[in-house]
Amino acid sequence: MNHMTGTTTTTSLISIDGVSRRFGDVTALDSVSLDIRQGEFFALLGPSGCGKTTLLRILAGFEEPDTGSVRLDGADLLAVPAHRRPVNLMFQSYALFPHMSVEKNVAYGLEREKLPREEIRKRVSEVLETVGLAAHARRRPHQLSGGQRQRVALARAIVKRPRLLLLDEPLSALDKKVRAEMQLELKRLQHEVGITFVVVTHDQEEAMSLADRIAVMQGGRVEQLDAPVALYDRPRTPFVADFIGANNLFPGTVTAKGLEAGGLGVLPAPADLAADFPVGARALLAVRPERVRLGAGELRGTVVDVSFYGGTSHVALSVPGHEGHVLVATQGPARVETGAEVQLGWNAADASLIPVSERGDRSV
Amino acid sequence: MTSPPVVRKAVARVVTLGPGFGFLTVFLLVPLALVLSYTVFRRGRFGGIVYQPTGENFTRLADPLYLDVVAGSVKIAALTTVLALLLGYPTAYMIARLPGRWRVIALVAVVLPFWTNFLIRTYAWIVLLNSQGPVNSALKALGLGPVELLYTDGAIVAGLLYAYLPLMILPLYSAIERLDPQLREASANLGARPARTFWSVTLPLSLPGVLTGCVFVFVPSLGNFVIPELLGGGRRIMVGNLIRDQFLKARDYPFGSVLALAVIAVLVLLLFAQAWASRRAGRDAS
Repeated sequence: MNHMTGTTTTTSLISIDGVSRRFGDVTALDSVSLDIRQGEFFALLGPSGCGKTTLLRILAGFEEPDTGSVRLDGADLLAVPAHRRPVNLMFQSYALFPHMSVEKNVAYGLEREKLPREEIRKRVSEVLETVGLAAHARRRPHQLSGGQRQRVALARAIVKRPRLLLLDEPLSALDKKVRAEMQLELKRLQHEVGITFVVVTHDQEEAMSLADRIAVMQGGRVEQLDAPVALYDRPRTPFVADFIGANNLFPGTVTAKGLEAGGLGVLPAPADLAADFPVGARALLAVRPERVRLGAGELRGTVVDVSFYGGTSHVALSVPGHEGHVLVATQGPARVETGAEVQLGWNAADASLIPVSERGDRSV
Repeated sequence: MTSPPVVRKAVARVVTLGPGFGFLTVFLLVPLALVLSYTVFRRGRFGGIVYQPTGENFTRLADPLYLDVVAGSVKIAALTTVLALLLGYPTAYMIARLPGRWRVIALVAVVLPFWTNFLIRTYAWIVLLNSQGPVNSALKALGLGPVELLYTDGAIVAGLLYAYLPLMILPLYSAIERLDPQLREASANLGARPARTFWSVTLPLSLPGVLTGCVFVFVPSLGNFVIPELLGGGRRIMVGNLIRDQFLKARDYPFGSVLALAVIAVLVLLLFAQAWASRRAGRDAS
């Protein structure tokens, strides 16, 4: 195995180009193109049925695209059968071999490479040490807890030292405490072994906390590919604005002064408006709850609910002319009470404006 | 006026369990007890039982004549079982991987022969295999025959195989169908070719089905006496024939009972072995 230590992280490892896959009438993937960089922690994020699992299965070789190409280091990956790809997968169900001990499970992939027995033993015990299961080497999978099984699945995949490690919903089956632990461990491991990780998940927190870059998928397409912070601060499609984190969304029409949002009047919107949006275009204004100020601003609303979470409080307001509630997150206890009438607003720069496609809004 | 719950419960038990237990008691347990008791008495001069205790029925079992019959029967039943496994496994494997609707059709096709009478199906083999039959005609046309097919051990095995193959396929199918397809994918993902995946993952995990199928085929093959007679022409005596002849021809009930008991003992041992192995394999699979 050649370790590409010292190479820049911008080198593309996987190039997916125009990949489509249909199952009968269902389009699972609709001309997906993206690059995964050498050494990064990449996430495919989206609701169930968005195509992320199909893409994962194509990378693993369990599924073939109808059209498009997938290259690994510039070489055609689709021409390589599943069992010869330098790509390993940690299954969501772990798929551990129930009739083999932990060490047999982990050794299975190395035995297929016909490595010397001594080297297999050494690498198996090393990787079991890494995931903290050295003491359980002789156990069978059914004798382990969920978290331990997951570690075995992880060890079994990384012991092969793949170029690419795929993780299918890696944290979904774990309870909250083990989850947080495993999350840290995955990140540590990724730094330690230097393998490119691709995690598939429907859980945005999982993706945001783990990944360097996230591709948000919906309806077989990549909606937006960005770093977690950019994705949160500057969503570029209505779907992303709604799917990632809590958001207040106001549909309207672009004017010279801001966004004309029906009964709400003109709302503050970023200044570089004219550059991207012609006046009269339909758009969606998104403001995060923590960016909304109470006590001053262009809008007036009635407090319908206050929830105290310790560090933060969430206030829900009913604003005439706006469907649903406007959510506000404040530091510490909220200084308003249910039933109170307050003014609210935000800095124009704190909002983002999202184009609404003419062919109809698919998601919000 | 309602009766107390205890009485109602007892009545419910008698009503639900009674008929089944009653039937089994009269038609299984009583005959079994009779057979068991015959083993320790002498035969009457003209059949029947003389109630004088003796152990010689058991010592007779060690006679090489009878041991040969047992060994020959085990050989034929074992050969049938191995062939059924070799034919049945690929069939069950393919059926388990068919899309849903085709799977049902294939399973119905497997059990379809059971809708025809067993004897008629066995007679059909006589027609097929006799010296003037279609198989020999074909061999003759190719310049390879005629070959003596009927009234051989081979014909017995073919007949038994034909009769009991579905009993191999069905438990195999249910064992293979239950396997998580992701285990095969995991094996491929770790670098195993399809053949390696089969030997290391699919086959070991379907072992409970293999054992069940083998017992299902071996047991009736060992005890069958119709097929050896019709297709073997009476030249090959199997345990089943021997037992029947002791009862119906020699009228030696005690020795017939000992033979029957011996077969039952072997089968019970086999069933225990199968249950033990399945439990072991099942524990790993859970």
